[in-house]
Amino acid sequence: MSILINKNTKLVVQGITGRDGSFHTAKMIAYGTRVVAGVSPGKGGQTVHDVPVFNTVEDAVKATGANASVIFVPAPLAGDAILEAADAGVELVVCISEGVPTLDMIKATNYLKKKGVKLIGANCPGLITPEESMIGILPGNIFKKGKVGLMSRSGTLTYLMVNLLTEAGLGQSTCVGIGGDPVAGLYYQELLQMFQDDPDTEAIVLIGEIGGDAEERAAQYIKQHITKPVVAFIAGQTAPPGKRMGHAGAIISSGSGTAAEKIAAFEAVGVPVAKLPVEIPQLIKKLLNK
Amino acid sequence: MKIHEYQARELFRQYAIPVTDDILCHTVSEVEQAAKQLNRMVVVKAQVLTGGRGKAGGVKLARTVDEAVNAASKILGMDIKGYKVEKVLVADAVDIQKEYYVGLTIDRNTKSVLFMASAEGGVEIEEVAKVNPDAIHKIPVDPDLGMTDFLARKIAFKLFTDPTLVKQATGVFKKLYQLFVDTDSSLAEINPLVVTNDGKLIAIDGKMNFDDNALFRQSAIEALNEPDEDEKKELEAKASGLTYIRLDGNIGCMVNGAGLAMATMDVIKHFGGSPANFLDIGGSSSPQKVIDAMNLLLSDKNVKVIMINIFGGITRCDDVARGLITALDEMKVDIPIVIRLSGTNAEEGLRIIKERNLPIVGSLSEAAQYAIKAIS
Repeated sequence: MSILINKNTKLVVQGITGRDGSFHTAKMIAYGTRVVAGVSPGKGGQTVHDVPVFNTVEDAVKATGANASVIFVPAPLAGDAILEAADAGVELVVCISEGVPTLDMIKATNYLKKKGVKLIGANCPGLITPEESMIGILPGNIFKKGKVGLMSRSGTLTYLMVNLLTEAGLGQSTCVGIGGDPVAGLYYQELLQMFQDDPDTEAIVLIGEIGGDAEERAAQYIKQHITKPVVAFIAGQTAPPGKRMGHAGAIISSGSGTAAEKIAAFEAVGVPVAKLPVEIPQLIKKLLNK
Repeated sequence: MKIHEYQARELFRQYAIPVTDDILCHTVSEVEQAAKQLNRMVVVKAQVLTGGRGKAGGVKLARTVDEAVNAASKILGMDIKGYKVEKVLVADAVDIQKEYYVGLTIDRNTKSVLFMASAEGGVEIEEVAKVNPDAIHKIPVDPDLGMTDFLARKIAFKLFTDPTLVKQATGVFKKLYQLFVDTDSSLAEINPLVVTNDGKLIAIDGKMNFDDNALFRQSAIEALNEPDEDEKKELEAKASGLTYIRLDGNIGCMVNGAGLAMATMDVIKHFGGSPANFLDIGGSSSPQKVIDAMNLLLSDKNVKVIMINIFGGITRCDDVARGLITALDEMKVDIPIVIRLSGTNAEEGLRIIKERNLPIVGSLSEAAQYAIKAIS
């Protein structure tokens, strides 16, 4: 078991003929992901890495039975690409594109909610169920099958954490990059519940950062609904207020959204927060041995 | 992206939101002319891209032309939170019966545009939020419906009882929402929106921020941008695919990924050091990006040591290493460098760096401690 994706997930790649789309399609296939179709308007009939290309997501889904989509199109077109995927009937949409306008994301998340379609991202590295399926741009080789579920607003910080976990002998059930934008798809609460319900996940790592109050809300949710051990890390303790720290959503505005508030919120509900990334594996082992 | 009050007022006018008359001035003599032209009581207001202007003495009421001149000579050149006042707005001072707050922002939790309104206007809304959060009405706007008549009216009735004021407010709310969505705004505030003694609703201050990700389709808004020196450097960095934010420490950081870059700064701080910047070289790392990044770091004279932290995913460590070697060949670098590399093509990257005898460390904590030691 795992959450969201597994070896049966059939993926369509939107923007498969682009530089990034093509490159990462090869990587995903090499990892073992079942990439069944690509979409590039006007390029239907071609193939990329032996994957058939269609003009629309609808055609791709009808012909191949794809049930998940990953989006590599340029940010100005990504909002529409998300809508197209949901309209075509996939169950999960993963948007990698960085720089999607917030109002486009509001429109997209609203539509997907109505359709009952799950969205990861935008501006995210994707997700992976190790040794089964990888959707996105994650470096597959550092992940190992296991019992730790992980969710994170950051890409490379996740890789650092996963590397530490794997080196410490802690494999992962599923790792989800939820993205660094202010308005995004699935967030902590939904994923916490999925990990809680997944029999193969025994502990959960939550990697947050400054901006917004999603971590504070997650802490409340953990207190009320999550019985599995959770450990957290918050990036941005030294970030100055009023500046966007790379991610569109990573900003301390009007004095709120600071790392200190988030750390305090987790500690208040008994979730240990690592001061340094390197402490995460030890914290998990301690909780699992309790 | 932020704009000045005078620019926000101009956008309000374009959307027929009532605003007091005003004239933008750059010198004391322009203020004298403006005060004469408006020919009544005025407010002289510093135009800087930060809040708290009033508290800092950047907003003054002037009953006469002389008082306006006097106020302007004090405000022009003033420093407000590190921003030098280079222009002031001379605005008509109206007789105020009551002040209100109206604002639109993005709500991450409901994933919608959030309308906020309060009868406690004129003060900083963050203060109201802390002291009396119930005084702020918050209403998420359905993105499919937009600001409907009924919704605008519903909010108006929370603030006003007089039907003529409700009618005026309903119009203002609808227009402000339209302005917000048309311009890809991330914040649009009227604070205060006032009722004058003769029963008119009018905006006497405004603030607008915009979504940087949407500027590609908002050229008229982008043209309003007036970046300060630090922001110019940030924009230049952005043009070469780097995200750079200058800080006041002395350890220059080069990292791939925003979260890892923040964590790197935090680890430096944890061991007692002080980061000079946030610098994310992004995903695909051509050697040229690393050269640009080195130039950027070295242009800050406070930087005494450079710490490079790369976790290769899409970023290839050998690309980073090659860029670094080229940079070192091209420019004079006389400060210490410490490098931590892992992930995609790390072995090749480390081999290239070892040939140059540059210090390589295994973990982020070691890298931070090495950098701190190098300059102490």
